[in-house]
Amino acid sequence: MNYNWNWGVFLQEAPSGADTYLGWLLTGLKWTLLLSLSAWAVALAVGGIVGVLRTAPGRALSLAAASYVEVFRNIPLLVQLFIWYFVLPELLPVKMGDAFKQMNPLAQQFIAAWLCLGLFTAARVAEQVRAGIQSLPPGQKNAGLALGFTLPQTYRYVLLPMAVRIVVPPLTSEFLNIFKNSAVATTIGLIELSRQAQQLVDYTAQPFEAFIAVTALYLMLNVTIMSIMRKVERMLRVPGFIVAGK
Amino acid sequence: MHIGKFSFALLMLLAGSAQAAELTGTLKRVKDSGAITLGHRESSIPFSYYDDKQQVIGYSHELMLKAVEAVKQELGLAKLDVRLNPVTSQNRIPLVQNGTIDIECGSTTNNTERQKQVSFSNTIFIVGTRLLTKKESGVKDFPDLAGKNVVTTAGTTSERLLRKMNEDKKMGMNIISAKDHGESFLTLETGRAVAFMMDDALLYGEMAKAKRPGDWAVVGTAQSFEAYGCMLRKDDAPFKKVVDAAIAKAMTTGEAEKIYAKWFMNPVPPKGYNLNFPLSDSMKGLYKAPTDKAYD
Repeated sequence: MNYNWNWGVFLQEAPSGADTYLGWLLTGLKWTLLLSLSAWAVALAVGGIVGVLRTAPGRALSLAAASYVEVFRNIPLLVQLFIWYFVLPELLPVKMGDAFKQMNPLAQQFIAAWLCLGLFTAARVAEQVRAGIQSLPPGQKNAGLALGFTLPQTYRYVLLPMAVRIVVPPLTSEFLNIFKNSAVATTIGLIELSRQAQQLVDYTAQPFEAFIAVTALYLMLNVTIMSIMRKVERMLRVPGFIVAGK
Repeated sequence: MHIGKFSFALLMLLAGSAQAAELTGTLKRVKDSGAITLGHRESSIPFSYYDDKQQVIGYSHELMLKAVEAVKQELGLAKLDVRLNPVTSQNRIPLVQNGTIDIECGSTTNNTERQKQVSFSNTIFIVGTRLLTKKESGVKDFPDLAGKNVVTTAGTTSERLLRKMNEDKKMGMNIISAKDHGESFLTLETGRAVAFMMDDALLYGEMAKAKRPGDWAVVGTAQSFEAYGCMLRKDDAPFKKVVDAAIAKAMTTGEAEKIYAKWFMNPVPPKGYNLNFPLSDSMKGLYKAPTDKAYD
C-alpha cells in the first residue's frame, strides 16, 4: 500500500486562519468533553429518578418509568439523534420550530445532541439504578419502614446509599460509553473530536495520521475517566459491605 | 567475452521475463482474482446513485462500466466479476488506497492535494460551484449570503471555498456542514439554511429529488470549476492507461455525449424529473480533447 506518512501535518497551519490542525483536534476534544459531561449530568439526574420510580410501589409511576426506559433504550441512538435534530423542530408549533432553526447552527446541533445523548444514557442509567436497588435484600426496605421512616425517607437514608455504591462500576462503563457515543453528533455536523478527524482527512488527505491521533485522544480521555472512577469507587466503599474492603 | 555474453543473455532473459510479467498493480489483481471492485456513491444524482430498485445507476457509473469493459478486454478475460461497494466523501480515498475498491467514479474532484494520495483518470465531468436556494429567498449571488445560515456537504471542495470566503470577506455566515448531499438538501428544505452551496450538477440533481422542484433555483456565479475524475490507486500507470483510453474513446466517439443527454437532458429516476442541464462549453471542450488535468 503506497501511503505518504506525514506526522508534521498537525503543526501545519489550518486554512481557517490562526490555528494549526492540532488546534482543530483540541477544539474537537473540547466539544466532545462539553457534550459528554453535560449529557452525563442529564443522564444521572433523569436516570436516577426514573430508576427509583421503576422500583416504586405505585403502578402508574413504575409503568411510566418502564415505558421511558423501553422507548429510549430500544431506538437506535442515530435514529434518536435524527429525530431530535430534524423531526422535532417540524413537530413544534411553526413559530417555535422556525425560531429554533434560525439559531446559530452550532447551538442547534449541541442542544439536539445533548438532549439525545443525555436522555438515551438516562434510560441505561435507570436500569443500573433499578438493578442496584433490587439487589438489596428486601429486609432493608422493611426495616426502614418499620423504623418509622416514610417511603421517600427509606429510599434516601437506607436504600439509595447502598444501591449507589453497588452500581458505581456499571455506571463507570456508561460514563465511558457516553464519550464514545458522543461521536454520533458528527452526523448532524457538530464539530466534536471525530468530526474534526474527518475534517482533517478532507483538508489534508492524511487519513491515517488523523484517525490515529483521534484514537489516542479518545483512549486518553477514557483512561483518565476510568482512573477517576476507580478513586471514586474506593472513596465510597463501606468496609464490610458487599465488597470485602481493606 | 564469456562473462560479457553471459550477462548480456541474462539481461535479455530478465527483460523478457519482465515483459511476460508485465501485469502489475490493479490489472494483475483483477486478472488473478477475476474480480474488480467498483466504488460508487449512494445519492450523487445523476452521477452515481441508487434508483428505486437499489440498483446503482448514473452518468459516472456508465462511464465506469465502459472502463471495466476495457479492462476485461485488455486482460482477455471471458468473465469478470464486478463487485459494487458504496463509498462516502469521507471514506473514498482510504478505501482506494487500502485496496477495498479498485476504481471509484462518482463525483470526486481531481485536485493536487488528493493527487498526493491517489491518482485520477481522464476527467469525466466539469462543474462549477454555485448555490441552490428557494426562488423566493431573494438570494441571487454569494454576497447575499452575508450573516445567513448556509449549508454545504462535509468534505467537499465547496465547504473549503465557503469557509475561506467567510474568512476572507468577513461575511459572518453560519456554515452548516451536513453529512451528505441528501442531508444538506434536507437542511435547506426545512429552512435551517437559506442556500446550499455545491457543484451545480449535483444541485440540479437535488432539485430533481425535491417535493416541488419548481420552487427551487440554482443561482450565483461559479466560485470555482472542478474536474471530476475516476479515482485509482497512485502509481498504477498500466491500469490508468486502460481506464483513460476507455474514457477518451467514449468521449471522442460521441458515446459520452449520448450518455450525457440520457442523464442530464432527459427524465431520470427516481422521480422522472428532467435536470435540463445543457452541455456547457467546458464540457464540450473536454469531449473534444479528453484530459486528466486538475483545475487546482
